Amino acid sequence: MDKKLFVSSSPHVHGQVSTPAIMWTVVLSLLPATLWSFYLFGLPAVTVVLGTVALTAALEAISNKVAGGPLALRDGSAVLTGLLLALTLPPGLPLWMCGAGAFVSVVVAKAFFGGLGQNLFNPAMTGRVFLLIAFPAAMTKWLVPRGTGESLLGHPVTAYDTAGKLVELTSAKVDAITAATPLGLLCEKGAGAVAAIQNSPDLFIGQLNGSLGETSAAFLLLGGLFLLVRRIITWHIPVAYIGTVAVIAAITHAVDPAQYASVAFHVFTGGLMIGAFFMATDYVTSPMYPMGKLIFGVGCGVLTMVIRLWGGYPEGVSFAVLLLNACVPIIDNATRPKKFGLTKLAAA
Amino acid sequence: MANKTSLLGEITKGLWKENPILVLLLGCCPTLAVSTLAYNGLGMGLATMVVLVGSNFLISLIRPIVPKSVRIPIYIVVIATFVTIVDLLLKAYLVELSRNLGIFVPLIVVNCIILGRAEAFAARNTVGRSVLDGIGMSLGFMAALLVLGSIREILGAGTLTLWVMGETVVKFNLLGENYPGILVMILPPGAFIALGVLLAIRAKIQKRLDTARS
Repeated sequence: MDKKLFVSSSPHVHGQVSTPAIMWTVVLSLLPATLWSFYLFGLPAVTVVLGTVALTAALEAISNKVAGGPLALRDGSAVLTGLLLALTLPPGLPLWMCGAGAFVSVVVAKAFFGGLGQNLFNPAMTGRVFLLIAFPAAMTKWLVPRGTGESLLGHPVTAYDTAGKLVELTSAKVDAITAATPLGLLCEKGAGAVAAIQNSPDLFIGQLNGSLGETSAAFLLLGGLFLLVRRIITWHIPVAYIGTVAVIAAITHAVDPAQYASVAFHVFTGGLMIGAFFMATDYVTSPMYPMGKLIFGVGCGVLTMVIRLWGGYPEGVSFAVLLLNACVPIIDNATRPKKFGLTKLAAA
Repeated sequence: MANKTSLLGEITKGLWKENPILVLLLGCCPTLAVSTLAYNGLGMGLATMVVLVGSNFLISLIRPIVPKSVRIPIYIVVIATFVTIVDLLLKAYLVELSRNLGIFVPLIVVNCIILGRAEAFAARNTVGRSVLDGIGMSLGFMAALLVLGSIREILGAGTLTLWVMGETVVKFNLLGENYPGILVMILPPGAFIALGVLLAIRAKIQKRLDTARS
């Protein structure tokens, strides 16, 4: 029988945007920052990134098989989770620790909750926080970028020593140098220790020690803008998040410059860029509506700054995003927009 | 009261079918808090066993003369008596264990397993069955605590401590001297993660058994 009339429920117009397309676009947008980290940190960075991505994908395939569902590996979400996780790790982290993080990300934070779309917490952030709590020593051993005396873009390579002083690295004899991150210095020694660098362009370009993906604010910003232009993400969360951080940094810096670092320092260091553009905007674990997104972003910003300025940890992005992830159902409930044509009486 | 279970069944049900931690989820506070070492789990299990068997015995014995309206305070007094005895014994003979368990020994008084078994079992069954129930339940509690403590200690520190009594220390270094230790497994989150995984494994095995039987 030939059916002339098809009756189906809405939506009738399909956007032709599939989950894999979105995931691979985000992976693409992270490539500049990833390649930059390869260039800065060399082989340790390559090992961490490739190892973490491979392990995450393998664990995703295994957990799909165990759960008995369809193989969700091809949608690219596991590769994206692996890449995001790798970018929050310090270069040179032992591979088995990367594997432990990958396990927590994909199996504990995602598969246990029912797979992609069901997870309450951002998988990559959960993996990172697990590693941070599980291996505090290994997770805070930061390699100094390109510390072998080679020059970069025509500039001599510099790094900041424990006193926060700019030193030129000329020794070609060392394998690797480690030092505290700028935020680590701020946390331990106060704004005085980072006074020399808090308005330096290095913060933006990313010639700093830190996690693989947190070094270059510029490349992450590039990736984030690409996502905005492709309309993969909306502006609400990144703008609210970074804006809140900037406002709090401006106020505290104005009150006491000796104790609190500048706006540029707080905005361009640490995991803020990758957190605001790539972690907090995760579809599954962020609010659905514009108003909710703004609340979510502001909440992340406030928590991040509270942890950075007054908390025990130097960096608070991962904790802030996870804590706000837990609030998403409440935020969504509170900010549900009124349906068109619905009166107040009917809604209640 | 129809007693359908065999006497052996009263003991074995606590180990698997009605395991206090893995099925009833009772006594989570000591479970999560002290299971940082295998030895702590074992010691907590032993201490609970003494209290549970003792209180089940006494409560089933005085069952006919306890007025219904004040039974809970009476149970608590009975349980607290045994807890005090255990606490003093630990302080006298197992100082390390007493120090490790700390406040959680006195807190056995409010352990849900003990009051739960008193209310749900000892108050309705004969003395013999109540003692067997106490043994079975505390064996199940101890087994679950031992497994949980072993997992957390091996992953968190790479060692397995089974007994500490003065000079006598039974401790194995399973993962080598250089094992950095997954610190989080020793911390509270590790307890929740390990317990969750154990619950899932138990449920999975039970499901297999059920389908095999039907």
